[in-house]
Amino acid sequence: MKYPVNKRVLGAALLWLLPAAFLLIFFYQPLFAILRLAFSSTFDGGWQGASAAQVLKPLGFTLWQAVLSTLLTLLVGLPAAYLFSHYEFKGREGLHLLSLLPFILPTVVVAACFNTLLGPRGWLNLGLMALLNLSEPPIRMLQSLPAILLAHVFYNTAIIIRLVGSAWSRLDQKLVHAAQMLGASPWQAFREVTLPLLLPAITGASLLVFLFDFTSFGVVLMLGGPQFATLEVEIYTQALYMLNLRLAAVLSLVQLACTLLVAWLQSRASQPRYGKAAVSAERANLRPARSAGEKAFIAVMVILLVMLILTPLLSLITRSFVTLEAARGERGQIQTGFTLRYYQELFQNRTGSLFYVPPIIAVRNSLVYALLTVVIATSLGLLGAYALNQPWKANRILEPFFMLPLGASAVTLGLGFLVAFRQPAWSSMPFPLLIPIAHALVALPMVVRTLLPALRSIPSSLRQAAGTLGADEPRVFREVDLPLLLRPLLVSMVFAFTISLGEFGASSFLSSAQTPTIPVAIYRYISQPGALNYGQALAMSTLLLVVCGMGIFLIEKIRLPGEELF
Amino acid sequence: MLEVREIHKTYEGLPLLAGVSFEVRSGKIVCLLGESGSGKSTLLRIIAGLEPSDSGQVCWNGADMSMIPPHKRGFGLMFQDYALFPHRTVAENVAFGLRMQQLPKPVVQAKTLEALRAIRMETFADRSVTELSGGEQQRVALARALAPGPRLLMLDEPLGALDHSLRLQLMDELREVLHESRKPAIYVTHDREEAFAVADRLLILHQGVIAQEGTAKELYEQPANAWIAGFLGLGNLVPGVVSRLEPLTVQTSLGNLQANPGNLSFALGEQCSVLLRPKDAKISIEQGSPNTFEGNVRDCVFMGEYYQLEVDAWGQKLKLHSSNKIPCGNKVNFSFSTEQVLCLKV
Repeated sequence: MKYPVNKRVLGAALLWLLPAAFLLIFFYQPLFAILRLAFSSTFDGGWQGASAAQVLKPLGFTLWQAVLSTLLTLLVGLPAAYLFSHYEFKGREGLHLLSLLPFILPTVVVAACFNTLLGPRGWLNLGLMALLNLSEPPIRMLQSLPAILLAHVFYNTAIIIRLVGSAWSRLDQKLVHAAQMLGASPWQAFREVTLPLLLPAITGASLLVFLFDFTSFGVVLMLGGPQFATLEVEIYTQALYMLNLRLAAVLSLVQLACTLLVAWLQSRASQPRYGKAAVSAERANLRPARSAGEKAFIAVMVILLVMLILTPLLSLITRSFVTLEAARGERGQIQTGFTLRYYQELFQNRTGSLFYVPPIIAVRNSLVYALLTVVIATSLGLLGAYALNQPWKANRILEPFFMLPLGASAVTLGLGFLVAFRQPAWSSMPFPLLIPIAHALVALPMVVRTLLPALRSIPSSLRQAAGTLGADEPRVFREVDLPLLLRPLLVSMVFAFTISLGEFGASSFLSSAQTPTIPVAIYRYISQPGALNYGQALAMSTLLLVVCGMGIFLIEKIRLPGEELF
Repeated sequence: MLEVREIHKTYEGLPLLAGVSFEVRSGKIVCLLGESGSGKSTLLRIIAGLEPSDSGQVCWNGADMSMIPPHKRGFGLMFQDYALFPHRTVAENVAFGLRMQQLPKPVVQAKTLEALRAIRMETFADRSVTELSGGEQQRVALARALAPGPRLLMLDEPLGALDHSLRLQLMDELREVLHESRKPAIYVTHDREEAFAVADRLLILHQGVIAQEGTAKELYEQPANAWIAGFLGLGNLVPGVVSRLEPLTVQTSLGNLQANPGNLSFALGEQCSVLLRPKDAKISIEQGSPNTFEGNVRDCVFMGEYYQLEVDAWGQKLKLHSSNKIPCGNKVNFSFSTEQVLCLKV
């Protein structure tokens, strides 16, 4: 029986080859290039790369805003998690789905949402101007820390709701009842039993939120402004505008070190600690509200969540259909009306438009990139998941190797590509092709994280049973694995697709003026003067919002029950 | 003394408890016996105050408890799967109720140690409860429930999760501890053996009401109806119709059976069931007098002290005990004395 064993080992090694080569070339090589760049000058004399202040200032601000954002997100997310894990009420499912929507929205769309709500051309200012007869927008909330924080809360509340809510809804209610039967008041039972048992979930979710806030790029760039430079924004500015690639590289390494540390803490914190001891069925704790206080709590929370999530979304959608122009010469007089012009203009190329190509080209680009990303990420992800599922000792090293791209921010990735592939050896390669590759790198860990648990949950006895019933290995894969993996595969494809459509950080480094993606186009448009530019940005954002909304809806419908998304 | 009066509860629109009333006198162990899904656990949770009832009262020494929250009722509850706190050690679990009483630390420690000694687990004090075996968890759960000195102890299928041999062993232990504690207790189970071993009185919960109440002996000798006899596994139940009153004769698919009405009275033509206990069967090869029937042996299993026969008599399958082996396929005659054949209401 030596031969089949060898064949198996060989087969498993082959599984590894493709994804490993991909990661080596497109992730580790750029990373190494950044590393070399950051330290290169130390050898040829004066290292004028970065002063401490140049690193510490953005680092300090990044930490500060991330901590604030995380705390605010917890403030909203924990009561919401309690709401969803304990009460059955009308529209619960819908609201639950809605609460997940922001998480998958592209950053530029979120930025556009808050722009239409709070920006100088947004509803709030327009309303106040009309009401108070002002000629200037009275609220300057964009370019401020509160705008960034608000967007981060909008973005990440879903994580707290999902992770803490799911842990809370599975927390065996009998433990709380046992405490009460032993004489603990409801508050004592919460402090002594619920809180310690939820702590891993709360810590894990908070660290994940912190990680997303820490590496947030598009939101900070578009809602903050130059004075609110986080590490990400600073890397972008230094690399693309100051042309100080070395400082960008140093900042990238600092960023990477921080995210890896947080990611490591996060994975440690969220490891299940008590096995199945404290776990009950997912919906076991749900019940309708009984007392007036409970009903009031539900009502307040529902209104709060709907306002938090729907207001920015609706404000974007409505604003993209409305002309609200102060007519020339009549300041303060505002013309209003319904219009489809912003959408129609997407197909036209106007002289004087910022683009050399009509915006619809950006849509086409994005779709092509997204499809390529789906192909690359799911095929490599499937191979990788199979390799990781092999019972090898080597997987202890290989799994982090595979998951490391999750810790690297998109901007770092973009910078790495810029530094690594501008070498002469690669100059023949068309640059835009790097975009779907970068997107695939961003999507790959998500794909593996979706597929691997599904793969691990297939008991090997099923394959053995199929084998004893006469199926050979390819047949076993087709008859057993594939049907069971179909849903997770579809989920990861939708994931890869929406991630690619919305990806902004790496794309902003890699797309040229002729080959913008939708988010890049939105970013270029929204910051330009002129109602048409603004309107077109909103129109594209709305389209992206609709596509991503459908994506999350699809994912929710086809994902396996009990699998969490993060 | 605990009094439960006319408890009603619907679950998902269906009546689960339809007027349950009973009492538990001080120092008595009452066993609540019922099928799974009969509402036993719900009834316990209502008494504990963890769940509201639709109507009815739970009173302690005459005082209505409905406005008193669970943690102030002073009732102990041992949960079906124990609900041990996984984030606390064995000793911390046992100490929990004592700590909630705001006792000084040394007292808590001393009482915890005492409780652990009682279940012979003092060496396990600092272990994590997730490392314990099922039987050890069961003992810790019992110690935890007893430690704060509840005035009533409720046990929800305390041995339900254990395998058979462990169950027998722990059953004796549990009975000892319960009797020693001299606390009134409600013991919920679906297992007749457990109920008979532990209880002073048994309550049978069926279709939302207490279908019968009595000592184990009373229930065994005179089950109130055929369902209870079947649920308690007392023997073969053969449906029939009363065909004569003096002496009581029941017409069944076996033929006519002379039966004992017990303390019940029957009308001519009434539907009923007769209970044929396997151990009472007199097996012979020859034809005999009244209440003797013929059947074919379908199966013969050695059970240790007897052979269990499965006999097919006119299409009616019966389980009978025989001291001799009678191989499959043989014809057999069996008889029951009239006193032993209990006629039951359907």
